[in-house]
Amino acid sequence: ASCVQHRLVVRDASSLQLRQLYTCLDQIQYIEWSSDSLFILCAMYKRGIVQVWSLEQPDWHCKIDEGSAGLVASCWSLDGRHILNTTEFHLRITVWSLCTKSVSYIKYPKACQQGVAFTKDGRYMAVAERRDCKDFISIFVCNNWQLLRHFDTETQDLFGIEWAPNGCVLAAWDTCLEYKVLLYSLDGRLLSSYRAYEWPLGVKSITWSPSSQFLAIGSFDEKVRILNHVTWKKITEFDHPATIASKKIIVYKEVEKSPTVETERLSFPPPRALASSLFSTQSKYDISQVPVSLQYVKPVADRANPKVGVGMLAFSADNCFLATKNDNIPNAVWIWDIRKLKLSVVLEQLCTIQCFQWDPCQPRLAVCTGSSRVYLWSPAGCVVVQVPGEGDFQIMSLSWHSSGDSMVLLSKDNFCVCYLEREEV
Amino acid sequence: MGDWKTITVPVLSSDSKNIFPYTSERKKSPTSMNSQVLRLPLPLSKNMHSFYSAFCTEENIEQSISYIDRELTTLGFPSIYAESKGKELNLISIINCMNELLVLQHKNLRAQEEAEMQHLKLGSDMDHLQNCYAKLKEQLELSKREIVGLQERDRQLQSKNRNLHQLLKNEKDEVQKLQNIISSRATQYNHDMKRKEREYNKLKERLHQLVMNKKDKKLAMEVLNYVGRADGKRGAWRTDKTEARNEEEMYKVLLSDYEQRQKQLLLENAELKKILQQMKKDIISLLPPQKQKPKERSEDGLVLSDQEEDIGELNKENMWELSCETVREQLTNSIRKQWRMLKNHVEKLDNQVSRGHSGALNEKDVISREDHELETEKLELEIQQCKEMIKTQQQLLQQQLTCDDDTTLLLQDCYLLEERERLQEEWRLFREQKKNFEKERKSFTEAAIRLGLERKAFEEDRGTWLKQQFLSMTADCKQSENVTTPSAFLRSKYLVQIMLLHSSDPDIRLVKSASRQRKPPYVLSASVSAESYQTSQYIAQNSVVSEQPAADNMPNLWVESDDKEETE
Repeated sequence: ASCVQHRLVVRDASSLQLRQLYTCLDQIQYIEWSSDSLFILCAMYKRGIVQVWSLEQPDWHCKIDEGSAGLVASCWSLDGRHILNTTEFHLRITVWSLCTKSVSYIKYPKACQQGVAFTKDGRYMAVAERRDCKDFISIFVCNNWQLLRHFDTETQDLFGIEWAPNGCVLAAWDTCLEYKVLLYSLDGRLLSSYRAYEWPLGVKSITWSPSSQFLAIGSFDEKVRILNHVTWKKITEFDHPATIASKKIIVYKEVEKSPTVETERLSFPPPRALASSLFSTQSKYDISQVPVSLQYVKPVADRANPKVGVGMLAFSADNCFLATKNDNIPNAVWIWDIRKLKLSVVLEQLCTIQCFQWDPCQPRLAVCTGSSRVYLWSPAGCVVVQVPGEGDFQIMSLSWHSSGDSMVLLSKDNFCVCYLEREEV
Repeated sequence: MGDWKTITVPVLSSDSKNIFPYTSERKKSPTSMNSQVLRLPLPLSKNMHSFYSAFCTEENIEQSISYIDRELTTLGFPSIYAESKGKELNLISIINCMNELLVLQHKNLRAQEEAEMQHLKLGSDMDHLQNCYAKLKEQLELSKREIVGLQERDRQLQSKNRNLHQLLKNEKDEVQKLQNIISSRATQYNHDMKRKEREYNKLKERLHQLVMNKKDKKLAMEVLNYVGRADGKRGAWRTDKTEARNEEEMYKVLLSDYEQRQKQLLLENAELKKILQQMKKDIISLLPPQKQKPKERSEDGLVLSDQEEDIGELNKENMWELSCETVREQLTNSIRKQWRMLKNHVEKLDNQVSRGHSGALNEKDVISREDHELETEKLELEIQQCKEMIKTQQQLLQQQLTCDDDTTLLLQDCYLLEERERLQEEWRLFREQKKNFEKERKSFTEAAIRLGLERKAFEEDRGTWLKQQFLSMTADCKQSENVTTPSAFLRSKYLVQIMLLHSSDPDIRLVKSASRQRKPPYVLSASVSAESYQTSQYIAQNSVVSEQPAADNMPNLWVESDDKEETE
């Protein structure tokens, strides 16, 4: 599904054929599929309206109006039947039920990056709250939206919460002024608290491993610390230096190769396809010899939220690899082997990394850097894929299909779908 | 002694001055006689004579003798007089006294020499010591200066050190201060943030009230129809029961998670325990068999029994998979013990290897590693050699076995086949060559034929021309007389000769070569076509030994040519 202005366009994923077309009342800011893929919600923040469309019955419609309360965020609950709207100024979260048309309110939600977290099975929802200058976490049962637990956290300013994939542990971390990671069990007990250092800027990104065994914490000191789920203590630390000296690490460097033009076939005026390929440069991967020194960007010292530290973390689906990006070295993706707890591969690109995502089925990483190429890495090797087409297609973000066969590449105004062929066995 | 009388001794003119003072000296100091006597310096050789003569002359012999006697007696020598008051001299005593005086003189001279030597030595020693002293003084000066310099440097370094320490302290203080500042600022910021948040909350509350109060009708949800729940159940009221159920479910989830984890951990533990057991068994098997000393035996025996006990116990335990504290401790302790024993054993072996075989006498079973390796190398070499020998023997045997009939026949057949093939190859080549030769010959004969034809034409022309000439000649001769046949014959022969003379050799040779070919038909064809040539051929053939087929043809030709001539 994609939206254009105030229209919602639904296409078929394998053939990109137009299936449905819906019109909303205002410009759509946010769309989300329900978990069972039957409904799509379109949120229009300016008007404070959320419209829900059904795929099975195109005539069915639903409109939720927040009125003067305003709308800042909207999302589905994991059972696909409730919509959570966050009103302006984070005054409250309204839970609208599509089944019973009932409303519930959650007061004092926290205005932070990740304030609402659902467990993977959708049974529980944790909400970060703040009352009287203190942070609290409330755990709700999604069946009937009953409050299960309500406890306070020892954080200065809770920045985010995330459930472990097994649904039993909740990780909460503090603002970047204070390095603190708290781990709570499902019933609200504090299992452990981790603090690596005191004064410098703290946690930048956190992610759980798919088996809930590890919690990777990326911080502003360019290191990733991994905690294990048995003792909740640090088992290792990954550093991101600007020079790589070890011989066991493979460094792939993206290198531009000059386009080959066959002079015999040139005609004037050149056809469009040829023109675009003339201007767009091809590139390929080269293996650099260690020691390699990567491009290091010194951050501006007196600005808030500096581009320092490990900003992106992602575990692969089979729990074998961790991909990280150090914002000091914005052109490189670091891939760590979790089984050996060592750095195994570094991908050095020509431009800044915009986004990377692991394939949900295999250990395959797709990286985009804002150029018109998507880069794929797997333990077998890496490849550069050029998006064919005229003009520039600057890929800003990408998203894998849940089966791992295709992915969506998004630029500012367009998107395209990249299909990956499966090897015939 | 007695008073000295002034002895006026007549002195030679040369030494008067010398002697006078001497004698006056003697007069003047009678008390210091001995010293005066000792002060006798060795007079110069010049003076010696005069001196000796000056002392005693013929006139004062008596006095000088008495004087000498007195001197000698005072010196302790016996008197030189024969009797106490007599005037006769005792020669023997005189000589003895002289001898004694000489001996004394020698002694004195030697002593003097020695004294002088000593004096020189002491002088040089003194010089040497003075030099040393001077040098040492210099060195002392230098070292004093150095010391002063080093002290200076030491002082400077110390001061630098102190400065650095001071700096370090300052830095540390600064750091501490900054940290304090940071913490104070942090608290300040927190306080400020809290204040602002409270304000913000108040605003939010106010806004919330306003929003709620408005009771907007728009604040509603329009739905075309209700949607069924995802799991098909109906909505339920919120009651205490539901709350309790929620709690129950939550705890269930937690418990299931813990159980799962515990299962995993149990499995891991079991695996690790198994591995430890295996390791223990391996270690026990690695340790050397206990045979040597009774002391060791007793120890090892104990250990063995312990081990067996342990094994037995633990096996039993493992069967039941108890994981109580004591079992774990036992297992780890026993493994540690075994590991220590193994370590000691390995260390012992290492020592042995490094020391050589000296320490290996105690443990016969233990072969040092080097020996073992050497042995294995040797054995390997032997094995290789044996293998090679076997190979060579096999080869020889095979060669010998070729005397067998079957094999020889086979071999011969093989050889024959080889030969035949070779021969065939050669025949093929030969045939090819033959064909080439044929082609060449053909070309040559054709060329020859062409040439022959040309020649024929040329000869005919010449023939006609000569005939004309001849006719003109005969026309003249006919007038004279009748020409007999012999003359005609002669004339024909003359013609032929002329013709011959004009024929060129190469052509004959060509024809010759053509005729020499084995295949007669070519020759025949040549001969048939070139009739005028036949005469020349014949003559050429006569001069050369020709082959039979050609020769056979010749007589016919000869006959023909003669006939031809006759007709002409």
